Amino acid sequence: MTTEFRIDVEKALGKTEVRAHFRKAMDTLMTNRRHQFPDDAALQALRHQAQAIRANALSKLPELLEQLETNLTKNGIQVHWAETTDEANQIVLGIMQKHNAKSIIKGKSMVSEEMGLNHFLEERGIEALESDLGEFIIQLDGETPSHIIMPAIHKSKEQISQLFHDKFPDIPYTDDVDELTASARRILRDKFYAAPVGLSGVNFAVAETGTLCLVENEGNGRMSTTIPPVHIAVTGIEKVVEKLSDIPPLLSILPRSATGQPITTYFNMISGPRKADEKDGPTEVHLVLLDNGRSTIYSDPELLATLRCIRCGACINHCPVYVRIGGHSYGTVYPGPIGTILEPQKEGLKVHGELIQASSLCGACGEVCPVRIPIPDIINRLRYDSVRKDTEHTNTRDAGSKRKPLEAAIWQGWAWSAARPSVYNLGGNIATQLRGLVPNKVGAWTRVRSAPKLADKTLHQQLKALGVDHE
Amino acid sequence: MSQTTRPDTIYFFGTCLIDLIYPQAGVSAVQLLQREGIKVIYPQAQTCCGQPAWNSGYRDEARKVARTQIKLFPKNIPIVIPSGSCAGMMKTHYPALFKGEADEAEALNVANRVYELTEFLVDVLQVDLTDLGELVEVAVHTSCSARREMGVADKIEQLLGQLAQVQVKEQAYKAECCGFGGTFAIKQPEISAAMVADKTMHIRATGATQLISQDCGCLLNISGAFAYQAEHEGKTAPKAQHIAEFLWERTQASSQEMKP
Repeated sequence: MTTEFRIDVEKALGKTEVRAHFRKAMDTLMTNRRHQFPDDAALQALRHQAQAIRANALSKLPELLEQLETNLTKNGIQVHWAETTDEANQIVLGIMQKHNAKSIIKGKSMVSEEMGLNHFLEERGIEALESDLGEFIIQLDGETPSHIIMPAIHKSKEQISQLFHDKFPDIPYTDDVDELTASARRILRDKFYAAPVGLSGVNFAVAETGTLCLVENEGNGRMSTTIPPVHIAVTGIEKVVEKLSDIPPLLSILPRSATGQPITTYFNMISGPRKADEKDGPTEVHLVLLDNGRSTIYSDPELLATLRCIRCGACINHCPVYVRIGGHSYGTVYPGPIGTILEPQKEGLKVHGELIQASSLCGACGEVCPVRIPIPDIINRLRYDSVRKDTEHTNTRDAGSKRKPLEAAIWQGWAWSAARPSVYNLGGNIATQLRGLVPNKVGAWTRVRSAPKLADKTLHQQLKALGVDHE
Repeated sequence: MSQTTRPDTIYFFGTCLIDLIYPQAGVSAVQLLQREGIKVIYPQAQTCCGQPAWNSGYRDEARKVARTQIKLFPKNIPIVIPSGSCAGMMKTHYPALFKGEADEAEALNVANRVYELTEFLVDVLQVDLTDLGELVEVAVHTSCSARREMGVADKIEQLLGQLAQVQVKEQAYKAECCGFGGTFAIKQPEISAAMVADKTMHIRATGATQLISQDCGCLLNISGAFAYQAEHEGKTAPKAQHIAEFLWERTQASSQEMKP
C-alpha cells in the first residue's frame, strides 16, 4: 500500500533544487554547531548537566507545576490550564474577547502551531499576525513551518523576493536580504503599536521564581511581549525547570546546538505585568499551560525522556532523512527525529505511526541531542508499541494498531527457525523468508540495487570444513 | 567490563548476513584471529542475534532467538563479532531485551564480553600488519552502529594505517548513514534509495577503487547500488569488501603468491 506519507516523500525527493537547498542549509547549521563545541569533553559534560536539569524537573513535574502557578500568580501572571488544544484556543479567545481585541501579534511559538491558533482565531474574525521573520514569510504564503526554529528554511531567497513582490506590490522588487528584512520590519512595526494583544511561546518556565524565559534573535519576541497591553504566553507543561540556576546551562547549550550561535541576540525574562512605577510593559500577562497528550507520555518511564526536549532542532539538522524529504513531508507540526517520537505519542500511532519507520536508526539525532534524549531507543520502543499484543501494558495511543497478521506471522516463522539451529542450518534459508516479508516492496530493493547473491556454502559449512572448533 | 588482556581463546559469532551472503568475510576474520595465535571457537548452533526483529518491534520474537544464542557462550572469554551492527545489538540492546527476564544475568554476561572485530584486533590484540599488496586507493564506510553504538569509528583507519600500500581517500559526508537500516530499506524504499544514491556518488567521487566496511549490511546496500549503477548507468563500481577479507588478502603471503 502506498501511503500518503510515502507519496509526500516521493514528491519531496523529486524536487532536486529544494533538496540541494536543504542540504546546504543543514550543512551550515551542522558546521556552526561543531564550531561552538571545539572541546568534546566539555560538550559531553554540558549535555550531562542539561539532561540532569531537565530530568530533575520532570521527576518533580506535578509539584513544580504547582509551585510555578503559585509564584506566577504572586507575580501577577494569570495561569490557565488546558488539557486539549481546543481548550487552549478557547482560553486565548476568551482573553481576546474580554478585551474586545480583533487582532493579535505573535512571536514565534510552536505550541501555537500545535494549537492551530491562527486558523482558529481567523475563523472567528480575529487577525493573527506572525512577527518572526520566517513565520511572517510562510504566513504570507499560507504555509506551515518546515523546521521548528527556522520555519521558512525550505524557501530560497528568490522565492521570498517574489513572494514579497506579489503580496506587497507597492514595495519595489528586490532580492537583497537586508532590504527584504527592512520591509518586513516596517510593516510589522505599525502592527506592534496597533495590536491589542501579543502572544509568545516560552522556552523555560522557572518554578522557583515564577519567571517565563524567552529566547529569540529578532527582538520581535520582546516587542510582542512588551508593547501590546496584553501578553499571552502559551507553552507545554513540560517546559518547567526547578530553579533560576538551572537556566544558564540550558541557555548555554540551546543556541549553540540550534543555530550554532554562542548566545541569542535577545533573552527575555518575564516576571509579571507592568508595575505602578514602570513606564512600559503589558498591563496583563497570561500563561496557558497545555497538556495535549504530554501527561500520557509522562506516565511511561521510558517514553518520559521525550519531554526533556528543549526544542533546539539539532536532531533535525543532523537527520539524513529530514535533509532529503524536508519538514513538510512529515505532515506534522514537529518534523524530523523529535517529531518522529513526539507526534505519534501526541496524536496516536494510527495517524502518525508510519513516521516511526522513517528512520534508519543511524543515531545521529541521539548523538547531538543537548539533553541526551535516546531518540533511536524511543523509536524502537514505539515500533514495539505499534505491533505489540499486550497493549494493556502501555499507555501509548493506538498501541497494537500497526500489527498486521502477515507480518506478525513472518516474524514468528523467522523466530521459530532461527531459534532452532538444525532448522536454520538445514533448510531455513532466512534470506528467502525475509524476501517474502513485504512482497510488493521487495521490488524497491532492486529498483536501485542489484539483488544480493547467496553464497554457495554458508560460513557454518566453511568453518566446519576448516576444522574450526565448535565448542 | 570488557577485558583488554590478550586471551588464548575466543568465541566467534559470524552473523547471519555473513553466513548466507558474505562467508568469506567470516572465514578471513577467523584466519586473522588464528594467525595471532588465538584459538577460535565457532559454536555451530549460532543463527542470528535477533536484531531484525528487535528493530521491527517484534521483541518477543527477537528474545526467543537471542535466548538460544546467549547459551552458546558459557566460557568467560571474549565474543568477537565481525559487525558493528550485530555487536551493537548484543552489547547495547540485549540488556534492554532481557530486562526483568529470568536469564537477564546471563544476557548481561554475554553483552559484557562482546567485541567488534576491528576493535578486538586493534585494542586487545594490538595486531601488527605487514602489507604485501599493490598500491591501492580505498574509501572507508564506517557503519552507524560501529560509530555510535560501539564507539569504534576509528579502528578501520587504524588498521589500514599499518598497510604501506593502502591510501585512504575520504569521501564527503563520511559519517552519514548509507540508508540501509535493515527493514528501513524495505519500509521506506524511496528515502533509502536517495541516501544510497548520495553515498555511492560521494564514494565514487574520491576515485577509490575499493570500499571497505566492517558491516555487511552497509556493504550489501552500497555494493548493490554500485553494481546496479554499473549495469544500468555505465558508472564505475568500486569493489566492496569487508575489512577482514581485505586485511587477510593483503597480509597473507600464500594468497599473494597465487596471484600472477
